[in-house]
Amino acid sequence: MGFLEVNDITHIYFSKKATTTALIDVNFTVEEGEFISLLGPSGCGKTTLLSIIAGLIEPTVGTISLENEQIRNNNKKIGYMLQQDYLFPWKTIEENILLGLKLTNQLNDETRKTTIALLEKMGLYNVENKYPAELSGGMRQRVALVRTLATNPKVLLLDEPFSALDFQTKLKLEDLVFNTLKQFGKTAILVTHDIGEAIAMSDRIYLFSNRPGTIVKEFIVPDELRILEPFHARNHPLYNERFQTIWEELNSLENENSHRSPARRI
Amino acid sequence: MKTKIHIDLLHDEYKRALIKEKRWVTIIQLSILVAFIVLWEISSRMYWIDPLIFSSPMKIWDLLVKDILDGTLLPHVYTTLFETILGFILGTALGTIMAAILWWSPFLSKVFDPYLVVLNSMPKVALGPILIVALGPTMTSIVTMGAIISVIITTIVVYTAFREVDPNYLKVLQTFGATRRQTFSEAILPSSFPVIISTLKVNVGLSWVGVIVGEFLVSKQGLGYLIIYGFQVFNFTLVLMALVIIAIFATIMYKGVEFLEGKLIKNR
Repeated sequence: MGFLEVNDITHIYFSKKATTTALIDVNFTVEEGEFISLLGPSGCGKTTLLSIIAGLIEPTVGTISLENEQIRNNNKKIGYMLQQDYLFPWKTIEENILLGLKLTNQLNDETRKTTIALLEKMGLYNVENKYPAELSGGMRQRVALVRTLATNPKVLLLDEPFSALDFQTKLKLEDLVFNTLKQFGKTAILVTHDIGEAIAMSDRIYLFSNRPGTIVKEFIVPDELRILEPFHARNHPLYNERFQTIWEELNSLENENSHRSPARRI
Repeated sequence: MKTKIHIDLLHDEYKRALIKEKRWVTIIQLSILVAFIVLWEISSRMYWIDPLIFSSPMKIWDLLVKDILDGTLLPHVYTTLFETILGFILGTALGTIMAAILWWSPFLSKVFDPYLVVLNSMPKVALGPILIVALGPTMTSIVTMGAIISVIITTIVVYTAFREVDPNYLKVLQTFGATRRQTFSEAILPSSFPVIISTLKVNVGLSWVGVIVGEFLVSKQGLGYLIIYGFQVFNFTLVLMALVIIAIFATIMYKGVEFLEGKLIKNR
């Protein structure tokens, strides 16, 4: 049995006029401490899958289990980081990062100290009393990471957390997140449509097809790249090789799609 | 270095232009007020307008001073002010609470939707006679008028604001296992403060309408009573004086709400 198991997930959205199959027969297993990327075009149901894993949505069919325990409703062992920081603008940085602890009744002097120390570890000093609007995009996303880590989740779900940032900030943040997660031994699932990011950050990559989303291929990132920080991994010769392979795979997927429905072309 | 000096100069110039513009706005605002009063006074004295109906600033002023000094005015002002503020607070608070209940239960909100639309389009002052019979010709029915006139629109506007809160904030809270109550107090309510404040601004005006109409119908005291009394005895100086007082206090209340706005939503 794996650490986190995704078993036969199928999810269908219902509306008055139509039903949309967002995910079909998704199966995979994540080991403790692993970094997995789910790579695929926009609208392939990756965010839906993360919401299901987080216990925010009940899947139509299938189960998720973490440490052999089925996940229902919301599970405090799982942290979720969104595309944008979604820091609450009317709360100070300190109130924002302590939010999870407050909601789960874990707020005490010790957890407060640990969390503020974590903020400094992310290179954010003397920002506790500031408001999110006073911080740059990269700083805010770092605060959001602290907020997610504060409750000490076992699994981190990252929903394109770097996509709203400029390229330079994104590269720096990738390294920071990578190092932080490795240091705390966290298991992580990253959703992205950025091939480079997936290769640079993860141990394994699952390629998703479009509508209904399902896993079409698994790539294992070679050890040489895995041990490197994302920034250095991007400069490794193996990186380009992998990039090509995945790129071609994605292209062929897209061609298949456009044969099926000529209206969708990019 | 040369550019630096240049920038400073330009900045000074910019600031000076701003101050100058602001000064002009104030000057013109005051001139309009003074011109209006002077023109009113002259037209009244020269019989360009009927002084019996339109009175004149001097007469209003004299009456104001006299009524303040003999102590007959202030009880009216207090009464109306008390009724209005109470009606205003009740209307806004009840409206917000009703909006919260509707947000709490989407099913209830679907059920009550058509009723809200009907209640909102109905002229609330038409309920006045019924209220007075039901609650008695007392201050209670006047305060109720002041509240009822704003409660439905507050419910609708605030409920809409509750629903428009970015769902991603709610998602953040859900990932921490927040209860519906926590979701409300951590995200829904604070992010709706700007909308609540702007309904407060509307409600200031509405409560005055409700209270004055209520006083027209029933009271023995208050500015609305003074207006109706002045109308009945054909003393339009009294009517206009009451209007001026209402204008002043309505503005003060509005400014109070603006002050509150600054306190509550400074960080966005």
